Amino acid sequence: MAIELRVPTILRTFTGGEKLVTGAGDTLAAFIDDVEGSHPGIKERIVEGEPAELRRFVNVYVNDEDVRFTGGLQTGVKDGDVVVVLPAVAGG
Amino acid sequence: MRFDSLLDSVGGTPLVGLPRLSPTDDVRLWAKLEDRNPTGSIKDRAALRMLLDAEKDGRLRPGNTILEPTSGNTGISLAMAAKLRGYRMVCVLPENTSEERRQILRMWGVEIISSPAAGGSNEAVRVAKQVAEEHPDWVMLYQYGNPSNAAAHYDGTAREILADLPSVTHFVAGLGTTGTLMGSGRFFREHKPDVKIVAAEPRYGELVYGLRNLDEGFVPELYDETLIDARFSVGPRDAVRRVRELLDNEGIFAGVSTGAILHAALGQAAKCVREGERADIAFVVPDGGWKYLSTGAYEGTIDEAEDRLEGQLWA
Repeated sequence: MAIELRVPTILRTFTGGEKLVTGAGDTLAAFIDDVEGSHPGIKERIVEGEPAELRRFVNVYVNDEDVRFTGGLQTGVKDGDVVVVLPAVAGG
Repeated sequence: MRFDSLLDSVGGTPLVGLPRLSPTDDVRLWAKLEDRNPTGSIKDRAALRMLLDAEKDGRLRPGNTILEPTSGNTGISLAMAAKLRGYRMVCVLPENTSEERRQILRMWGVEIISSPAAGGSNEAVRVAKQVAEEHPDWVMLYQYGNPSNAAAHYDGTAREILADLPSVTHFVAGLGTTGTLMGSGRFFREHKPDVKIVAAEPRYGELVYGLRNLDEGFVPELYDETLIDARFSVGPRDAVRRVRELLDNEGIFAGVSTGAILHAALGQAAKCVREGERADIAFVVPDGGWKYLSTGAYEGTIDEAEDRLEGQLWA
């Protein structure tokens, strides 16, 4: 088991076209670092600044819940979780 | 119930219990039936309020043309209100919205400008801003940034729910322009701050998110994340499954976005049961299912329905 990342179309240049990559970590931040190790360049498209924060127009969900309401990059993750990254879009 | 005109009948919608879908006697679900508004959607509230406020402050004058980016419902609501108050109406509509919505808009006399399917409503907003520059005399009420949109729910939707259900513990609604959640969230923060505000956001197919740079996303100007407590992303599969459950168990024929909202509401209900909390969860039914029949959401297997919704703006 591992943690799964669903890669949005625009970021697949960093994953060799793969829609799905996996990684490990106890927190979302550690998981993103782990994914960065195998797919260099992807991290800075999702987070920015020091200390790192999610980019404004990027939404990240762990098991469908927006992490901005569950502790942001410190959100806990575990094997079997699904992390989805999406650009913010309008509705209405 | 008697009203002086159709416009006066906006709001005051029923809040109905869901005895079969509620998990226990202590954790209950309540549906706010916004399809009972004059044009059949919750957007009548925002459209009417935006229009009246713009008339009041002089931005909108007799004979003006109204321009709005919309995936359908807001356009239909504005078209009705515009027709009754004497304005011409132009909508910017993404190509991948249902045919019913286009027909209904044309029926109300709306002129439609199409925006590219890829990019969804983000593109409609971009195109509308461009058209607005070319026609400085047209009035864009701009639902994504107009405080009157949220005010309609502060004074209407949320206030009605609290009056009908003083024991309410959760409010669940869809996140599009964010108007429903912002207005209702602010109302509950001020009038019953322990009410949890839960957002259900539709997750579309890849086409809708387009190939755009991640820095070109769009967050409505109205959005203030401090007014909500949790936000869930719901894909078409769960939305279709839930909208059918609502029909099968409670007899309510709702639009596909209701399925997404119900999915979040049921998730919340299950959590309350696990934690032994009492809960009265009110959720919004933004519209009925009529406008989505051609999407195929209500026929065949869930797999088939999911495939047919791929690439469509189903909420």
